Amino acid sequence: MSSGVQVCDLSVDLGEFHLREITLDVAPGEYMVVLGPTGGGKTVLLETIAGLHRPRRGQVRMNGEDATATAPEERGIGFVYQDYALFPHLNVADNIAFGLTLGRGRRHRGKRRLPSGTAIEQRVNEMAQLLSIEHLLHRNPSRLSGGEQQRVALARALIVKPRLLLLDEPLSALDPTTREDLQRELARLHRALGTTTIHVTHNFEEAVALGDRIAVLNSGHIVQVGLPDEIFRKPASEFVARFVGVRNILQGDLQPAEGGYKLLALDGIQIAVVTELTGRVRASIRPEDIFIFQELRRSSVRNTFRGRIVEIADRGTLLYVTVHLPPDLTCVITRRSLEELELTVGQEVSIGFKASAVHVF
Amino acid sequence: MKPLFANRMHATFAVLGLLLVLFIAWPLLRTVLASSPALLWQTVLDEEVRSSIWLTFYASLFATLIGFILGVPLAYLLARTDFPGKRLVEGIVDLPVVVPHSAAGIALLMVFGRRTLLGQTFSLVGIKFVSAVPGIIIAMLFVSLAHLVNAAREGFEAVPTRLERVARTLGASPWVAFWRVAFPLAWRSILSGIILMWARGLSEFGAVVILAYHPTVAPVLLFERFASFGLQYARPVATLILLICLTTFVTLRIVAGKRGRR
Repeated sequence: MSSGVQVCDLSVDLGEFHLREITLDVAPGEYMVVLGPTGGGKTVLLETIAGLHRPRRGQVRMNGEDATATAPEERGIGFVYQDYALFPHLNVADNIAFGLTLGRGRRHRGKRRLPSGTAIEQRVNEMAQLLSIEHLLHRNPSRLSGGEQQRVALARALIVKPRLLLLDEPLSALDPTTREDLQRELARLHRALGTTTIHVTHNFEEAVALGDRIAVLNSGHIVQVGLPDEIFRKPASEFVARFVGVRNILQGDLQPAEGGYKLLALDGIQIAVVTELTGRVRASIRPEDIFIFQELRRSSVRNTFRGRIVEIADRGTLLYVTVHLPPDLTCVITRRSLEELELTVGQEVSIGFKASAVHVF
Repeated sequence: MKPLFANRMHATFAVLGLLLVLFIAWPLLRTVLASSPALLWQTVLDEEVRSSIWLTFYASLFATLIGFILGVPLAYLLARTDFPGKRLVEGIVDLPVVVPHSAAGIALLMVFGRRTLLGQTFSLVGIKFVSAVPGIIIAMLFVSLAHLVNAAREGFEAVPTRLERVARTLGASPWVAFWRVAFPLAWRSILSGIILMWARGLSEFGAVVILAYHPTVAPVLLFERFASFGLQYARPVATLILLICLTTFVTLRIVAGKRGRR
C-alpha cells in the first residue's frame, strides 16, 4: 500500500518562499523527518509533494512514476496541518468520513463505487477506535482540545488509506504533555500501519524520536540527510551544527535507583539521570555539558567514565572531542583547553557530566 | 463588551449615534403611522399597486439570481487568486455604487437600447429591455451586484485556504472542494449579500425609471402618484411598500442570523 517518494531536483517559487534543488528519497514505509527553522519553506515542500503547488523545476515521483503533473486528489495522500484544519461546518464523524464520501480522484476511483453509508460508519468507528476518539464522534471540532483536534485530523487523513502521509508540524501547537502523548501515538500508528511518512518540524526531539532518517532544510535547501545520530554527531555544516546543536543521542532502558535518580543502562554502562519516565527511552547530552579530565578524579558530578579519544573535530575557536566509552560521546572544549590538556586522538581520558545534564525523552 | 454609558466619551458617542438612529427611524415610523388601516387596506385592494409590488419583488429576485450565478464565482476568484488587473476588476465591480443611478440607466440604454447591437440581438429571441421586465432586471442587477460580490468575497476570504487544500488531498476535485468546503463555510456571508442585493434591487428607482418607466415597479409607481396626485395619494402606497420591505428584510435577517449561529 505504502509508496516510496522521490523528490528530484525540485525548485519552487511561492511568494517569499523559494525551494532550490531539493532532492529527497523516501523509501516505502519510511518515516522521514524534515527538520528546519521556521520560515524555511517546509510547508511549501510538503504542499508541493502533495501537488498543491506546481514546481518551477524538478519532479515528484511516487512508486517510481512521475507524479509531478498529477492532481492532488489523485495522489493518494494524507495531509495533516499544524492548525489541524478541521472542517468547522462538520462534526467529528463527518470530518473523518469526508474522504470516504468522495471516492479518490478519477484515476484511483476507476469503476469502484463509493462505500455505502453503513460501511463508512463502520470505518469511521474503526479509525476513531484506533485513535481513541470514539467518544468525540458527535462533537463539533471547535469544542475539542488541540490534542483531540489533531487526532481527528490524523483519523481523517488515515481513513482514506493514503500511500503517503504528510505531517506539517503536527505537534507544534500542542502543550508539552499532549505533545508527548501524540508523539508516541504517531510512532505507534506508524508501526501499526507502516504508511510512508514525511513529517516536518523545527523540534529536534520530535525529529529524533520519530524519524527513521532526518533531512535538514535551511533557506530552501536540503543541507543534510542522514540517520538521527549522524545529523547530531556529524553535522555537515556550520548551520546544522548551530541549528540542531551537536548532541549526544543515547537510547537505553531506565532502571530504578536510589536518591531520586534513575539509571539509564546502555552499552554496558549506567548513567544516572533525573526523570519521571520509565522503560525504553532516549536521552541527549549537550557537548558543552560534558567535562574532560586527564585523570579520573573525585568531583560533584554524578557520572564519570573513562574512554579513549577517537576524534577531534576543529570548528574554529571550538573543538568537538569524541570519546569512545562505548558509547561515543562528544564534548566541546576551547582551543585553549585542548592545548592545556594536551589532548590527542587515541589518548585515554575521563569525562564527567551531571545527572541533570542528561535530557531524557 | 462594556456597558453603553461606561464613561463620558461613550455617553457623548451614544447621543450622537442616537441622533442618527432617530433620523432614520422617525421619518419611516411617521410614514407608517400616518395612514389609517382603512386607507391602507384600500391601497392593498388597488390592482395597480399590488401588481407593481409583485413585479418589483420578482424582478429583484431574478436580478439577484443572475447576480448569484455570475457573482459568486467572481467573488471566489477575487478572494483566492491573484491576476494582473485584479484591482481594475474590483474597481469595476464597485463602480455602480458610486455613479448616479440615473447615469447608470442612461449607460445601460446605450448598450441595451432598441437600436443597439445587443438590443437587436436579444429582440431576435423575443427579449426587449426598454419598457419591459428584462430592462428592469438588468437595471436592478447593475446597481446592486456589488453588494453580493463584495459580501461573498469577504466570506470566501474568511475561509482558510488550508481547508480546501486538505479536501483536495482527501480526494476532492477543485469543484467538489468548492461545493463541500468553501461554499458552505462562506454561505452566511453570501446569504447576507443576497439579502442586501435583493433589498437594493427592490428600492432601485433611478436606473429603472430610465430603462423602463412601464411596467411600473413600486418606487416608480410611488413617484408617479406623488407627481400626479400629490402627497396625500402617494403616502398610503409608500406606507405599504415600506411595511412589506421592512417585514421581509427583518424576517430574512433573523432567518440568516439563526442559520449562521447554528
